[in-house]
Amino acid sequence: MNIFMEPWPWYISGILITGVMALLLWGNKSFGVSGNFRTLCTLCGANKKASFFKFDWRAQRWNLWVMVGTILGGFIGANFLSNDSAVSINESSVEKLQQIGATDAGKAYLPEFLFGTEALTEPKSLALLIIGGFLVGFGARYAGGCTSGHAISGLSNLQLPSLLAVMGFFIGGLVMVHLIFPILF
Amino acid sequence: MRTIYFLAVGLLLGITLFKSEAASWFRIYEMFQFDSFHMYGIIGTAVGLGVLVVQLIKRKKLKGFNGAQIQINPKENRRYRYLLGGILFGLGWALAGACPGPMFTLLGSGYASMLVVIASGLLGTFVYGLIRDNLPH
Repeated sequence: MNIFMEPWPWYISGILITGVMALLLWGNKSFGVSGNFRTLCTLCGANKKASFFKFDWRAQRWNLWVMVGTILGGFIGANFLSNDSAVSINESSVEKLQQIGATDAGKAYLPEFLFGTEALTEPKSLALLIIGGFLVGFGARYAGGCTSGHAISGLSNLQLPSLLAVMGFFIGGLVMVHLIFPILF
Repeated sequence: MRTIYFLAVGLLLGITLFKSEAASWFRIYEMFQFDSFHMYGIIGTAVGLGVLVVQLIKRKKLKGFNGAQIQINPKENRRYRYLLGGILFGLGWALAGACPGPMFTLLGSGYASMLVVIASGLLGTFVYGLIRDNLPH
């Protein structure tokens, strides 16, 4: 059982993620987590402000259950299936991160300077979390899907739109890490 | 029954994202630094296997558990929305170190700061809904 408690290798993860997609297809649904953001907006009353949110949210209830399951899965993974949640990233990334102040690189799951409880009282960290979340929410709906909808479901269906979206994801990610991080940190 | 099914699929997703470290900000940084094969391995395996699954479903015209043939809806044929939306998404993905699935996973793992990230993700979705008619698609 010890092997379960260690970080899972990439091929196991890849197989299980395809499994998730296949199980949703078998349920006559499609894999796309960010669709829940739209449903949650509608539940918060956004349908009174924009036509984009006027749809029958009940038809999306299944996806909200997937979302609840994902939250519970994170709880179980962290509390019952891990002895130590340090992520051993490559030494070269650790060195680069040390230089920008992420001193816990290689020793933690998330960097304390952005996600720690104290970071929530730090205006800069808080602003970065808000901007990051906003871009993900805005970009996912603009692009019509996120990593699960485009990179996994869309590419598996060999769709050109999803290839364009995934190229966009990488352009954005590379610009952030290589051009914007040096200004921010 | 259906509720339990979808809850269980979500549970599998959350555990997988946490245990494979795909929900770690550090892994996303490392991926964009090209310092490790890990994330490419996850996405590559999932897509490679996914192509086979989708082809099997289409060729054998497989049915889902409610008896209806499994439909895989193609995305509409546009250019700008995918590239521009994708770039904005990528900027956020690298900064927050999480896409929507991992955000929910990390919330469950006990990171209260994810509430801030998810709330602003909802705000971003809401703003898109408000201004979408003015954006190039």
